[in-house]
Amino acid sequence: MTGEPVIRTDGLTRRFGALTAVDAVSLEFTAGRIHAVIGPNGAGKTTFLNLLSGNLRPTTGSVRLRGREIAGAPVHAIARLGVGRSYQRTNVFPEFTCFENCRLGAQARLSSSMRFFKPADAYAGVNADAERALSLCRLSHRRDDAADVLSHGERRQLELGMMLATSPSVLLLDEPLAGMGAAEAGLMLDLIKGLASDHTIVLVEHDMDAVFSTADVITVMVGGRALETGTPAAIQVSPAVREAYLGAAKGAPAP
Amino acid sequence: MKPRLDGRRAALAAALLALALVPAVADEFYVVLFTKILVLGIFAMSLDLLVGYTGLPSLGHAAYFGAAAYAAMVLAPESAPANLLLTLPASVLVAALLALATGALAVRTAGMYFIMVTLAFGQMAYFAVHDSPYLGGSDGKLLFARPVVAFGGAAILDFAEPQVYYLLVLACLAGSYGILRAVVQSPFGRVIQGIRVNEARMQALGYATYRYKLASFAIGGAFAGLAGYLAAYQAEYVNPKLLGWQESGLALVMVILGGVGTLHGAVLGSAAIVLLQEFFSELTSHWMLLLGLFIVGSVIWLPHGIVGIRAWARRARTR
Ligand SMILES: Nc1ncnc2c1ncn2[C@@H]1O[C@H](COP(=O)(O)OP(=O)(O)OP(=O)(O)O)[C@@H](O)[C@H]1O
Ligand SMILES: [Mg+2]
Repeated sequence: MTGEPVIRTDGLTRRFGALTAVDAVSLEFTAGRIHAVIGPNGAGKTTFLNLLSGNLRPTTGSVRLRGREIAGAPVHAIARLGVGRSYQRTNVFPEFTCFENCRLGAQARLSSSMRFFKPADAYAGVNADAERALSLCRLSHRRDDAADVLSHGERRQLELGMMLATSPSVLLLDEPLAGMGAAEAGLMLDLIKGLASDHTIVLVEHDMDAVFSTADVITVMVGGRALETGTPAAIQVSPAVREAYLGAAKGAPAP
Repeated sequence: MKPRLDGRRAALAAALLALALVPAVADEFYVVLFTKILVLGIFAMSLDLLVGYTGLPSLGHAAYFGAAAYAAMVLAPESAPANLLLTLPASVLVAALLALATGALAVRTAGMYFIMVTLAFGQMAYFAVHDSPYLGGSDGKLLFARPVVAFGGAAILDFAEPQVYYLLVLACLAGSYGILRAVVQSPFGRVIQGIRVNEARMQALGYATYRYKLASFAIGGAFAGLAGYLAAYQAEYVNPKLLGWQESGLALVMVILGGVGTLHGAVLGSAAIVLLQEFFSELTSHWMLLLGLFIVGSVIWLPHGIVGIRAWARRARTR
């Protein structure tokens, strides 16, 4: 692997009572790469992302962002360090317009939003960031439509746009293709690939064709453990992975 | 977009002008009634900031209303009128600080727990006053006179006349509306509205939501305090009921009846409740029952409150 890791976890563990959802995971995520995390349902992928984003505190272990320990820090503090997060269940503001959704993201970059008198839409820099994010997620034509009239695919694009408006350097994407038709999924994959060069991307995804065609690195999680990490080609031929996951569970792409 | 906005401005200006003319054309009885509407309108607007914009359904908002009313009483001289320029800001500050202190705990909770915690704080404030002989206990206390605006010992404006007091209250309502309207359109206002819809998402975008909820709670408390100060001097009397849960509940009914998350709806709700109380109580001694039925009916048939009537009528016509 080349380059310093942007995120590095060490022995990252999270227990829920007797269940160890994430079990001593030590991984490195490097800038400019799409690092996919795959695994069967309940493997601990979402929990792992929650530990990175601060939505959950680790039971033990560490998360370093550019060398700085962030395990246990609050969600908003981690977000402000440049970690963007999208959720497995679409998570936008349904009654706000697409622009307003992105504007909320862009406004989060102000040093503080404890500003009480000047109208929010008079902040030209924030507006420009929001427009840029809208065009990045290819929703400029939907600018003034409320998010709840968008199609499922468009809503997922908007979620990405809202996140991009905060100008994150790290993107944690939890099943961005879930529930999408082929055309929508193709568009979303294009978007993600386009972001790879200047972001660190952690991609959790069940769509194996998509993962194997876009990821630079793949980690296979099973039962909370990071079973194996490698290039798509290496993962595809790994006997351990085949036995634990690909062969047993869902349809693996033909080798 | 633009013409509608200007239409709204014109409607506001017309409403303000009409209200300003009330003392010139109406009997003193109506001037006093309208004063009550406007005072409770400020109170209901302050609650709308919490309920309709921040998503904090407080059931203890009267604590801040009453706290400022009692502060006005404590700060008033025994046998001379108080100076409005000193006692009004001081009373508002008392309410805001109390809201800040209680809100620091309350806004950590959500949903049903938030309702319970605010209710509990409200009742604590009620009993603190109720059980204090110094504050007049359950009987309350009379205020010597309405405040005056004084500069260097000389009173230059006197609010003893109900008509003049009405104009003071109207100016406070207009100012409160202007400030709160600016606040909900500011970056801060956008953040609290985002929190109402989805607080977790706001955190993931990088907002420390606790601070914004607390600031909103304190601002709401401050404007409730302004209303409480004005209420105390309208009646020239304070009593513990000003802090009770009935008063909090009444404000909540006004907000819901008028239309949540609109500000001006809260004032319309206040007008509806005060006028209906007056109207029904002349009809029958069972007026509470009539008012209750009216509220139930309007919540069923007017889910968006009085401000939703236009859209509702438009739908009814096209049906
Ligand atoms: N808050 C929680 N409390 C208790 N158990 C939890 C919690 N969150 C997750 N779990 C459990 O932890 C395990 C891992 O869940 P997780 O959601 O991380 O899996 P996943 O790999 O994302 O699965 P999927 O592919 O279905 O999204 C599951 O057994 C789940 O039931
Ligand atoms: Mg998951």
